[in-house]
Amino acid sequence: MSLTDLGRAPRTAAPAPPPAPPPSRSRRRPWRERSAPYAFVSPFFVVFAIFGLFPLLFTFWVSLHDWSLLGGERPFVGFANYRELAADGVFWNAMANTLGIFVLATVPQLVVATVLAQVLNTSLRAMTFWRMSVLVPTVTSVAAVGIIFSLMFARDFGLVNWLTSLVGVDAISWQDHRWSAWVAVSAMVDWRWTGYNTLILLAALQAVPRELYEAARMDGAGAWRQFWSITVPMLRPTIVFVTVVATIGGVQLFTEPLLFNAGSNDLAGGTTGQSQTVAMYLVQQAFTGQRFGYAATVAWVLFGVIALVSAVNVLLLRRIRSAE
Amino acid sequence: MTLLSPPPTATTPTAPSAPARRRRRPGRAGWRTYLCLAVVTALSLAPLYYMLVMASRPNSDITSSPPPLLPGGALRDNVTRVFANQDVMFAQALLNTLLVATVATVSVVVLSSLAGFAFAKLRFRGRSGLLLVVVATMMVPVQLGLVPLYMLMSRIGLAGTLWSATLPFVVSAFGVFMMRQYAIAAVPDELIEAARVDGASTTRIFFQIVFPALRPAAAVLGLLTFMERWNDFLWPYLTLDADHPTVQVALSRLSGGYYADQALVMAGTLVGTVPLVVVFVLFGRQIIGGIMEGGVKA
Repeated sequence: MSLTDLGRAPRTAAPAPPPAPPPSRSRRRPWRERSAPYAFVSPFFVVFAIFGLFPLLFTFWVSLHDWSLLGGERPFVGFANYRELAADGVFWNAMANTLGIFVLATVPQLVVATVLAQVLNTSLRAMTFWRMSVLVPTVTSVAAVGIIFSLMFARDFGLVNWLTSLVGVDAISWQDHRWSAWVAVSAMVDWRWTGYNTLILLAALQAVPRELYEAARMDGAGAWRQFWSITVPMLRPTIVFVTVVATIGGVQLFTEPLLFNAGSNDLAGGTTGQSQTVAMYLVQQAFTGQRFGYAATVAWVLFGVIALVSAVNVLLLRRIRSAE
Repeated sequence: MTLLSPPPTATTPTAPSAPARRRRRPGRAGWRTYLCLAVVTALSLAPLYYMLVMASRPNSDITSSPPPLLPGGALRDNVTRVFANQDVMFAQALLNTLLVATVATVSVVVLSSLAGFAFAKLRFRGRSGLLLVVVATMMVPVQLGLVPLYMLMSRIGLAGTLWSATLPFVVSAFGVFMMRQYAIAAVPDELIEAARVDGASTTRIFFQIVFPALRPAAAVLGLLTFMERWNDFLWPYLTLDADHPTVQVALSRLSGGYYADQALVMAGTLVGTVPLVVVFVLFGRQIIGGIMEGGVKA
């Protein structure tokens, strides 16, 4: 997920046509003028086709081959890579990690972001300051987050173990267990993205007419009741949108677990792969194993997972809309 | 066309009379709200503060227990050692990142403005279809094409170079869409038509009339793009060779285990983070506005 993903608002599917310019003498305009619009939009399409669309589609072609980096034989193997993947325990371990961390990171994040958006949707003093302080983790680079949190989760001298030792918990070796690695990596994702989602939800919240809350107040509804009866229903489409964006980012999780394991077995996600994600497995196959065909298969399967989850979300969206 | 912002309900918004508004300001924040926000702010800043503390301590302090909670006096020394480290090439990495991010930002802003203007104000065959393609590409996780992208970069001889980290990002579907949304309202049709009557070409209209009107949105797009490129990790990490690191790649190398020196790692992380925090503090209002409008308008 990235900052500019935020344009992925689902309601943009069919943009309203802009007001048509007054009828012009286009038939008489010289060729240069008539081609100007195409010249203006073509850089985007050319670059996107070369560096975005082509690699993505070509991934499928590569996945049908036993393809290594440096020329040589590249025999066509059909779906052999897919069959191998289906029986690949390391891949399924990585898939379990990816989905586990995704759920562990996304659910608390969205709950907190929704509540926080509600808190920020009041007339505050120093409003910009509070919003900035919520967003500052998102501005911090993902590499920095990975490095800082890894130190905080260090076993012998980390801040987290020191804090838990104050309440009598023994030092935890966060990297070594699956559950603890999931928690630590999820904490990184949560810290970095909660504020961003808060602001998206806040923006949606500000579109809710204040009068709804006033009417509810006059009917004697308390803050909690207002939250459940007004805020949550009104925000549902936005929550779905934020979930889609979080899914696209979460399924491709890479940097946080990589740096969490910095130093040894980083791409492998620890000694027994306890925090290896699918994206890490993909990179490991491609760049350490030189198995480009197999890595492309992993990528294409990941693409399928994203498409599937997005489709489910579109269905969800439609149901919400029809319910309104 | 709004799926995100739900349509107004039956309650008709009516402006309350002035005295009524003064009597009962809706949703005014109480002390509990501020307390909650203070806690959130502390949580937001704590890891960054921890980074500062660790970056300003001699390495021997880092493993002490309880962990140090106040900054020490070794910041300058640690930062000096980061820049003196030959393996990591930190100064070079900063320069590289600045270069990559600047080229991508300028390109995204200019090309997005051009395309956004065309989609908003010019009439041509296939316009709505092409615009749909732009919107659709925002949903495509192109990062998954990294295997063929790497093969492509190798084939054209750019793998390892800064170009390979820059070229895929010189356009942005989000940027095109954002500039189009802005141009619809910001550039009056009458102005364009008047310029046409005066015989101005479309290119000239763009540079003399449209681009100046798009400047506020262009600035926000530029800020968002620059930050995203500065922080980018996965693709630069894969494609760049040892001689052309960006800051984030250099950081991962610093933390990569050759150094047990956590103070050094933290100092590097601090240096790599500070430029963006400065940008954020200076332009926070605009950046927040851009993010919130990106999520809701459109």
